[in-house]
Amino acid sequence: MSEHLSFHYSVDGDNFVSAGQASVQVKKNLRELGIAPEVIRRVSIAMYEGEINMVIHADGGNADVDVYEDRIVITLDDHGPGIADVTLAMQEGYSTANESVRSLGFGAGMGLPNMKRYTDDMQIDTVVGVGTKITMTIKL
Amino acid sequence: MTVRELTEACGFAPIVLADPDRTVSGCYVGDLLSWVMGRAQQDNAWITIMTNVNVVAVGALADVSVIVLAEGVKLTQPVVDCAEARGVNVVSAKVPAYEAAVLIHGAI
Ligand SMILES: Nc1ncnc2c1ncn2[C@@H]1O[C@H](COP(=O)(O)OP(=O)(O)O)[C@@H](O)[C@H]1O
Ligand SMILES: [Mg+2]
Repeated sequence: MSEHLSFHYSVDGDNFVSAGQASVQVKKNLRELGIAPEVIRRVSIAMYEGEINMVIHADGGNADVDVYEDRIVITLDDHGPGIADVTLAMQEGYSTANESVRSLGFGAGMGLPNMKRYTDDMQIDTVVGVGTKITMTIKL
Repeated sequence: MTVRELTEACGFAPIVLADPDRTVSGCYVGDLLSWVMGRAQQDNAWITIMTNVNVVAVGALADVSVIVLAEGVKLTQPVVDCAEARGVNVVSAKVPAYEAAVLIHGAI
């Protein structure tokens, strides 16, 4: 019963230009597994927002995608600064992103809200000065 | 309507037509990438003036049918190569975003 597919990616903290590669790869892998396009789209978007956050806010981290019979679980784990006020961070429009990041089109403060919106469950475990772990589940 | 037909009907210049037979339905205009991810629908034509490489990833992941670059903005060659590699359609419109949207509205 515990047999499932898992994909692991390490997300580079200083390579802003290639950010999103893990999400693009996940999209490809899920397509090959024959997962429904609308599910793939939700997984891709949620994961991309999380991946970008690790690049922008946490100097990189690790991404894991586990595909079970009835759900897909995305785990994003970093050793960045952590999030002091999760309720505030979850508000649409709240962002601490700097000007150079904004000039690329990021930093709209919609990432965490998008992740919540496109997944069935999202847990944020974060400790200031230690890091952040976000677990998102999408039902199949 | 397909991306190829839309490109011709609106007089857009093809930059990358990696998947020209893809169906276009609806349109989203925006430059803030998380708004696009959150609000654009699958198969939309996405009008933007952003040109950095992240635009290609967003187009691919949000699964839009075509990225329409408004105001005649240009992509650098590495970004064009990335769009080709990821199978993302990109066309160029000389006109501003509003007029590009009006053209698309009239065509689809
Ligand atoms: N992995 C993370 N590590 C530290 N802080 C984070 C992380 N993810 C998000 N944050 C904080 O939460 C805020 C809101 O995130 P988000 O909604 O994705 O907006 P944006 O990334 O556009 O700023 C960020 O500006 C940042 O302060
Ligand atoms: Mg974000």
